[in-house]
Amino acid sequence: MHNDVKQHAQKFLQKGLRLDGRTLLDYRSVVVEYGAANGAEGSARVKIGDTEVIVGIKMSVEKPYPDTPDAGCLMVGAELLPLSNPEFESGPPSIDSIELARVVDRGIRESKAVDMKALCITPGEKVWNISVDICPINDDGNLFDAASLGTLVALKDTKLPTYDGKSVDYHTKTSQALPLQKEPIEVTVHKIGKYFIVDPTTEEEGLVDARLTVATMEDGTLCALQKGGNHTVTLQDVETMIDIATAKAHELRKAL
Amino acid sequence: MSQLLVQEKEIVVPGETIAEGMDYIPSKGMYRSGEQVKSAHVGLVYIEGKVLKLVPLSGRYLPKRGDSVIAKVTDITMNGWIMDINSAYSAMLPLKDATPEYVEKGADLTKYFTFGDLVFCKISNVTSQNLVDLSLRGPGLRKLNGGRALKIAPSKVPRLVGKQGSMVSMIKKYTQCQIIVGQNGLVWLQGEPEQELLTIDTIRLVEQRSHLSGLTDYISNYLAEKCGPLSDEQHNEQVNDDVQETI
Repeated sequence: MHNDVKQHAQKFLQKGLRLDGRTLLDYRSVVVEYGAANGAEGSARVKIGDTEVIVGIKMSVEKPYPDTPDAGCLMVGAELLPLSNPEFESGPPSIDSIELARVVDRGIRESKAVDMKALCITPGEKVWNISVDICPINDDGNLFDAASLGTLVALKDTKLPTYDGKSVDYHTKTSQALPLQKEPIEVTVHKIGKYFIVDPTTEEEGLVDARLTVATMEDGTLCALQKGGNHTVTLQDVETMIDIATAKAHELRKAL
Repeated sequence: MSQLLVQEKEIVVPGETIAEGMDYIPSKGMYRSGEQVKSAHVGLVYIEGKVLKLVPLSGRYLPKRGDSVIAKVTDITMNGWIMDINSAYSAMLPLKDATPEYVEKGADLTKYFTFGDLVFCKISNVTSQNLVDLSLRGPGLRKLNGGRALKIAPSKVPRLVGKQGSMVSMIKKYTQCQIIVGQNGLVWLQGEPEQELLTIDTIRLVEQRSHLSGLTDYISNYLAEKCGPLSDEQHNEQVNDDVQETI
């Protein structure tokens, strides 16, 4: 990031302001839309300011993993489309896209949001597989929070297709929803110098020293963490970041 | 017999016939098809005697010789800099037009401008192949240190500048920010954080309401409301900036 921009942003942060006029812990406006794509079993469109992400869910019947013969599977994939940000390149998945997918995956998986056992059809032979696809349509920062919020909304939107024991008929959906038990929400807290901010724009993301993604449940229980960025954080920092994330997750929940 | 098919300030779409007959003269953004004058953009038509003018409502910046633009360094070559001018074409700032100093062969050019630097410069030439040359020779042309750049639609630049720079100097007086407007739709500004944010809000407002009449009064009321009326001192103060705003 250009040095001038960094100094300029510091001047703002000292006054408790951001380059776009928000205060440090302000979120941009969050808009959530259920069922953004008809072809998918569940889908969502999430807009946080100018950041826009579409998440689609495909249900299929697969053989379970040998270590969990009686549980369904969850697969999360993210592709950073070049249309969303000129910095992204097409081709094999970049480290950033893998991280995005894994962080979202971890939030859903570790919170036990979906009752995987209930997705078993025949133990050891057939289980439902949930494939989550994350497509950023426009990246203006904070893809982590947008993607995880989108995934949660898409999971809530999902209706299983009909399955006659042999093949899945994707043209007819049943009224059966996914066995959703919890609703984890991820909030990423970013550290620039000694300041903590949430929901950065792309411009601000270039200045970030360290970040911590925190997934919390309705009652505030932590279920996943991911630290990123080149700088270190102290234990006290982590505690502050978790507090901020928990409070913000509470706010985000209202958008659902 | 020539006849006009639109009224002053009417919105036209590409391909729409503006006038029929050879008496009307099309200017930039229009073309003649047979006897008809047609529009090439979505925009507003202005009629000045026999000359038809079209102000596009959107679109990228097209480089024109003599324009003052804000350019960003994207590459450094043996003898100059390649600059992004917020256009479909990139521009070249040759070393000889960038500094009056003598520069040794093979010297490190990042000493003058490095990647990401913003430079306020003039377009010295545009070839038929759209190769754009820039120059720093001229009053007020310089490297822009600190501050930040804002993008607005290039078609709205004249409204932001105002007649003889009236709009931009009014905003400067109220907000005490330094503002430089490039014809290519980049605006550079620097000031105290709160004032800067107010300036940005004001610029966005100008952009939104650019097609409405009474814009200057509206903006001056808006600013007076936000920062209180100007003191006599402020009012008489010459805006201290070495840059001449001209359209």
